[in-house]
Amino acid sequence: MTAGLAVRTAERPVSRRKAWSALWLSLGGLYFFLPLLATFLFSLRGKKGVLSFVAYAHVFRDPQFLKTFTFSLEMAVATIVAGLALMIPTALWVNLRLPRVRPVIEVFALMPFVIPPIVLVFGLIRMYSQPPFALVTSPVLLVAGYVVLSFPYIFRAVDAGLRAIDLKVLTEASQSLGARWGTTLFRVVLPNIRAALLSAAFLTFSIVVGELTLAVMLAWPAFGPYMALVGRDLAYEPAALAVISFLLTWGSLLVIQLASRGFREQGPTAGGVH
Amino acid sequence: MPVSSVRVGEGARGARFPFPFLKGKNAADAGPGSGLVRRWIGVVPFFLFALAFMVLPAATLLVGSFQDGHGHFTLVNLAHLARPGILRSYLLTVEVSLVTALLGGLFGFLLAWAVTLGGMPRGVRGFLVTFSGVASNFAGVPLAFAFIATLGRVGLITVLLKSIFGISLYDHGFNLYSFWGLSFTYLYFQLPLMVLIITPALDGMKREWREASENLGARGTRYWREVALPILLPSLLSSVVLLFGNAFGAYATAYALTGGFINLIPIQIGAQIRGDVLHDPNLGYALALGMVIIMTLTILGYAALQRRASRFTKP
Repeated sequence: MTAGLAVRTAERPVSRRKAWSALWLSLGGLYFFLPLLATFLFSLRGKKGVLSFVAYAHVFRDPQFLKTFTFSLEMAVATIVAGLALMIPTALWVNLRLPRVRPVIEVFALMPFVIPPIVLVFGLIRMYSQPPFALVTSPVLLVAGYVVLSFPYIFRAVDAGLRAIDLKVLTEASQSLGARWGTTLFRVVLPNIRAALLSAAFLTFSIVVGELTLAVMLAWPAFGPYMALVGRDLAYEPAALAVISFLLTWGSLLVIQLASRGFREQGPTAGGVH
Repeated sequence: MPVSSVRVGEGARGARFPFPFLKGKNAADAGPGSGLVRRWIGVVPFFLFALAFMVLPAATLLVGSFQDGHGHFTLVNLAHLARPGILRSYLLTVEVSLVTALLGGLFGFLLAWAVTLGGMPRGVRGFLVTFSGVASNFAGVPLAFAFIATLGRVGLITVLLKSIFGISLYDHGFNLYSFWGLSFTYLYFQLPLMVLIITPALDGMKREWREASENLGARGTRYWREVALPILLPSLLSSVVLLFGNAFGAYATAYALTGGFINLIPIQIGAQIRGDVLHDPNLGYALALGMVIIMTLTILGYAALQRRASRFTKP
């Protein structure tokens, strides 16, 4: 490429490109930040005439808030533990012993995208509402549903973590040094993929804590249904709840970002359960 | 966790185990016939769980949609899907999903373009990607609340526009609790999802391609029309298809925003579960089946397009 041509083709388009970029980014910025700002300001109007945190005080003082939030927190922890307990062995096997079944596992792990939560819960209710499997009133069914919803995220995070390390060498080295399976798993493999595990955990957390569909259909006093109820009756408190939820989501995704610094996997954070 | 997760070095790969003399210990506790069990034991719990809490429940819906109230085989439920009210719901759901997938796809692409090829500082990109991660997860009830507080009848922007500029959004045909209001709200999680999935594809656009086409005389729009878009097309299409599925299954946002006023299929199924309307569970199963079929077609389309797209991203 001659110098003259390079100057002519490159320079003017670059400044025009920058202008367009700036335009689209500002429009995007408006779309994303105005609702957040407006929601925040709206939430401050709980008391007439002045800006105050009255709506937040109402929310935090409501015993239902703490009760439902704690319940959802418990469900989230149970989901994370159960999901990881299911997915870690599966991902280990796929990476070490049964690479052949990877496509099958992937199809299963992605199936929740094909079965929307509302359909999943419908099926769960139909299958588990009469004996011999009358689970519909047990939190086990709710957690099981949440584990299914988080399949794609947990599998992708754990699998990506395992692929990023030299799993075979690590496990063989550990065993040749005399470590038993428990030691190999808990002191060699898992510490090496802790960023991936943390990603999986917090992503699951952000899905489960505000989840509405399963909780409302299985009639649990969870945080999602509580928020929906507040939204029906009050004006400013819902805005406060939206701000709190946004901060929670931001917080858990921030933990993932920090944990996975240098761990080149953007995938698992995309999308949620709407 | 089963004991056998251990001996990763043996089994089919035993030959490559670096220290064969250590293998005696393993062979001792592995009884005859345990090979098959050990090979599969790690994935069995997952399959059983998926079967019990995902596949079989979905299958009961499939079976139920071919049964009448007494459990006899019938095609009536499927025929009822063609009822005007239900057909209208499917169409509405498809419309919302299509509109938000196309608009989200377009604007998400433009944002991703701005931070990859648009010559913006790298920090902007980092921020956009992080924010998109958060926003694509910020959905459901809180998202609906945020839009009600912003653009609802007494929302901040609605009131501000009226008091400062004298523009009454709701008198000019805008309504948050309508088709376009719902679509506008869905875009809040659709757009960032597009940013997240299309950014890697834009990263794959090689500078050499642009330079080569410029040297050959194809600049600006011609480069985009004849080089860049054909390369990006499979990625773009597959992303839009994924966005479509993302909106199609959404229930919580629509429920919290409109309280079931807009008759999307997920809302209809929800009403069916609660026993509010219709009161014909088998018809409900058929509704769900229709939804799963559409979602399956969507995901298959996505996968096929992704395979095409990966042709260019391979080194």
